[in-house]
Amino acid sequence: MSKYNFAFFDEGSKREIRRATLKAIAIPGYQVPFASREMPIARGWGTGGLQLTLSLVGTDDVIKVIDQGTDESVNAVNIKKLIKITTGIKETEKTAEATIIQSRHRIPETELREDQIIVLQVPLPEPLRIIEPSEYVTKRLHADQEYSGIWLMLFEQIMQHGRMATGADHPVLVNDRYVMAPSPIPRFDNPKMHCSKALILLGAGREKKIYAVPPYTKVQSLAFEDYPFEVEDMSARVCRLCGAKGIFMDELIDEETQEKYYQCNDVSYCLERLNNENDD
Amino acid sequence: MYQQEQPILTVKSLNKRFGHGCLNCQGVQKEKLVGNYCPFCQTVYACQNISLEIYPAEILGVVGESGSGKSTLLRCLYFDQDISSGEGYIQGYKDGLVNIFNETSQQKRYIRNHLFGMVYQNPYLGLRMNFSSVGNIAEKLIGAGSRNVDFMAGRARELLKKVNIPDYRMKEAPENFSGGMQQRVQIAKALSNNPPILLLDEVTTGLDLSVQANVLDLIKRIQRDLKISMIVVSHDLGVIRMLADRTIVMLNGRIIEQGLTDQVLEDPQHAYTQQLVYSLL
Repeated sequence: MSKYNFAFFDEGSKREIRRATLKAIAIPGYQVPFASREMPIARGWGTGGLQLTLSLVGTDDVIKVIDQGTDESVNAVNIKKLIKITTGIKETEKTAEATIIQSRHRIPETELREDQIIVLQVPLPEPLRIIEPSEYVTKRLHADQEYSGIWLMLFEQIMQHGRMATGADHPVLVNDRYVMAPSPIPRFDNPKMHCSKALILLGAGREKKIYAVPPYTKVQSLAFEDYPFEVEDMSARVCRLCGAKGIFMDELIDEETQEKYYQCNDVSYCLERLNNENDD
Repeated sequence: MYQQEQPILTVKSLNKRFGHGCLNCQGVQKEKLVGNYCPFCQTVYACQNISLEIYPAEILGVVGESGSGKSTLLRCLYFDQDISSGEGYIQGYKDGLVNIFNETSQQKRYIRNHLFGMVYQNPYLGLRMNFSSVGNIAEKLIGAGSRNVDFMAGRARELLKKVNIPDYRMKEAPENFSGGMQQRVQIAKALSNNPPILLLDEVTTGLDLSVQANVLDLIKRIQRDLKISMIVVSHDLGVIRMLADRTIVMLNGRIIEQGLTDQVLEDPQHAYTQQLVYSLL
């Protein structure tokens, strides 16, 4: 594939994305606009994350791509293929081996290290969009730190359902300044962002925004004094394959017996556990 | 002693114009305006050199025909619109020493959320129509820094009861309410954080007479119970007569007459005020 420059982009494009990334890291939680490029995959299919990954990747890097916990879904595989074809770098499924992890809607169960970067794909980077359609206005609301709208949304959920009903993408306050959409990760993953050792980058290709949570940054999930933030309750769930507990589980139905069972959502974590068992 | 009392809000020579102005209308030749409008550059001088003071627990009435700058004045005070020039001081904010119009927009939000309540003529401007009534009131409390759901829901219920919204409709959205009910929800919202100053913009216009009486009664009662200062903008002299202690008459963006309400209505001095008062009777 010598027709393409290393990592698909020309060097000018990479520089522009890196500059936006640096700015994003300097202002934790602030959405930096960037010139989202035309990609060989459609916008809304992970182009934001992919552009970040391609601008970061070097010849020594090892890449891991996950899509909602799995390394082998069509999306993850195709993104991995594109990166591999245009860079020739190594790919892995083991979280600990990767230097760059691009992910859709999950943060891996294995704790990340300082020398790793996690890139999250974001469909809707603006947490205030549900209550304010205008970008002109939301920018000003961020500048004024005026977040009563998003709090009101949570308040309304409590009025209607008796609890905060955000399934995923529960808004967070970063570094006591900006309210940020953590991308549609389950609430279960929100605490992993707080003081994360790894750099967290978030890219929205369709919405043309890059934002970041630098390592060891305070990330608080929004919650009221009398209605504290709660993660999904996984305590009673045990993985049918590896027997893991206390991590994020998928609920599945056995088609023959119609019984419910649970399985690790993070497939590579599950596999590693199974492999280690065999070694013993 | 009344004279030694400090005003809670002081406004000094506030100006608001829409447009850039030109040689014709700026500076010496200001008399060439047609009403408040410059025929050469199409600039509208909505508020010209407005100075006023409001004392604690006082109701100040503002009357004038439509287009006289009443609503613009209120919107400028509530920071909905930027002013062109002028000064404003609030007793409870930085000891009344800082011009509120020069503050940053963050500080202006603070003043809006903590020191002002606003009731718009059109409830669509003051309420989120598709959120619950309780939520609407909570919004103002959230803005003022509250993060306790039980407290906010309790306060919202208390206020909605005060404005006669029945219990079983409190969780309903204002878009399902009648105009009078929406207006009452708006008043409840404006009162939620006990603001020292309440701004009321034509609150009774468009309501039928019995509802009007209801709302006016409510405002009067609130003022008596909570000792809130208010600016009441209305073109309805009946409303002004009933509510206001002092009254300002505006025409073409200027204050043309001011004084005690009875005095202004019984013995109007300016030709326009005379016309206004007699056209009512």
